Amino acid sequence: MNAQPRILEVRKNVLKQNDEIARKLRERFRAEGTFVVSLVSSPGAGKTAFLEKTLTLLKPRYRVAALVGDLATDNDAMRLARSQAPVKQITTGTLCHLEAAMVDHALNGWNIGGLDFLFIENVGNLVCPSSYDLGENLRLVLLSVTEGEDKPLKYPTIFNSADVAVITKIDLSEAVDFDESAANANIEAVRPCMQIYKVSAKTGDGMEDYLHFLVARLTEFKSESLMILHQPSL
Amino acid sequence: MHELSIAMSIVEMAQEEADLRDVQIEAVHLELGLLAGVVADALLFSYEVACSGTRLEGSRLIIKEVPIEVFCPACRTPKVLTSMQWFCCPDCGAPTSEVIHGKEMIVTALEVRDECPTTHIGSA
Repeated sequence: MNAQPRILEVRKNVLKQNDEIARKLRERFRAEGTFVVSLVSSPGAGKTAFLEKTLTLLKPRYRVAALVGDLATDNDAMRLARSQAPVKQITTGTLCHLEAAMVDHALNGWNIGGLDFLFIENVGNLVCPSSYDLGENLRLVLLSVTEGEDKPLKYPTIFNSADVAVITKIDLSEAVDFDESAANANIEAVRPCMQIYKVSAKTGDGMEDYLHFLVARLTEFKSESLMILHQPSL
Repeated sequence: MHELSIAMSIVEMAQEEADLRDVQIEAVHLELGLLAGVVADALLFSYEVACSGTRLEGSRLIIKEVPIEVFCPACRTPKVLTSMQWFCCPDCGAPTSEVIHGKEMIVTALEVRDECPTTHIGSA
């Protein structure tokens, strides 16, 4: 006969394995001086167009590359490659998000060392990617004007997990009666003080402000890295 | 639906413990923050799927939801949010992004039964 059931205390983080790989990636990026930016949004918010524009504009002055997660096709990778920046596809199959191990695996054997910026485009999904740390320094959440101003209220978790919000397709604002102040208020409600950029990848509007911000963050990151790496160990 | 991969991680983690301690798992206790990005019902369903064919088949997943606790910069004290759509102090209304609790996804305990060294066929 079996004994009575008893309680065994464990306390283990379910995502421990992912978080550990993400931590190692972050250390590696720090050592290499690469500032890593991930992009999350719903499908069709314009991540790829926005990233293509970002890569194209940064490429003349910075060493940039992108990893792109896609369920099945390599269409996004082909579009990004038009920027002339190195691009690698991560096919997730049926998996609805990227995990740190996939980023790690994609980087292995990809000879692109010495990058300033690495962009990671997640699978289009506003739910699943929120739980997974990819070792990035900055997470951008994109919201297109065609999606409706209440997206942040419907998906507070992902908006809360992000560092910066980017409102895309602003060239269509008028056509869809986009209410900018409502969108700002909704973002503010789920993530107070989050910085918001408004851009159009098509016309280039707003890209300059956003790129200034990215470059400022890169400069900050590089000087922090130097301080950390050259700190004498106690 | 990433709940299935989360459920598989939970099962894997619990199974490792079971093998290590030579016990049979009857239930897994999980603390799940409201900001963890996981739907409890979907996770419960996925858990059953993830358990099938493993030593955990038939075990239960017991989820304790963890509310979102933030630090209010005005009251200078932790506060529990009343809504996920409103990251403001429920008492004074000050906005805050400083999350203290609510992102947890932690296996806290296992309900186990020691495994019998021998099986007595036919014994009641």
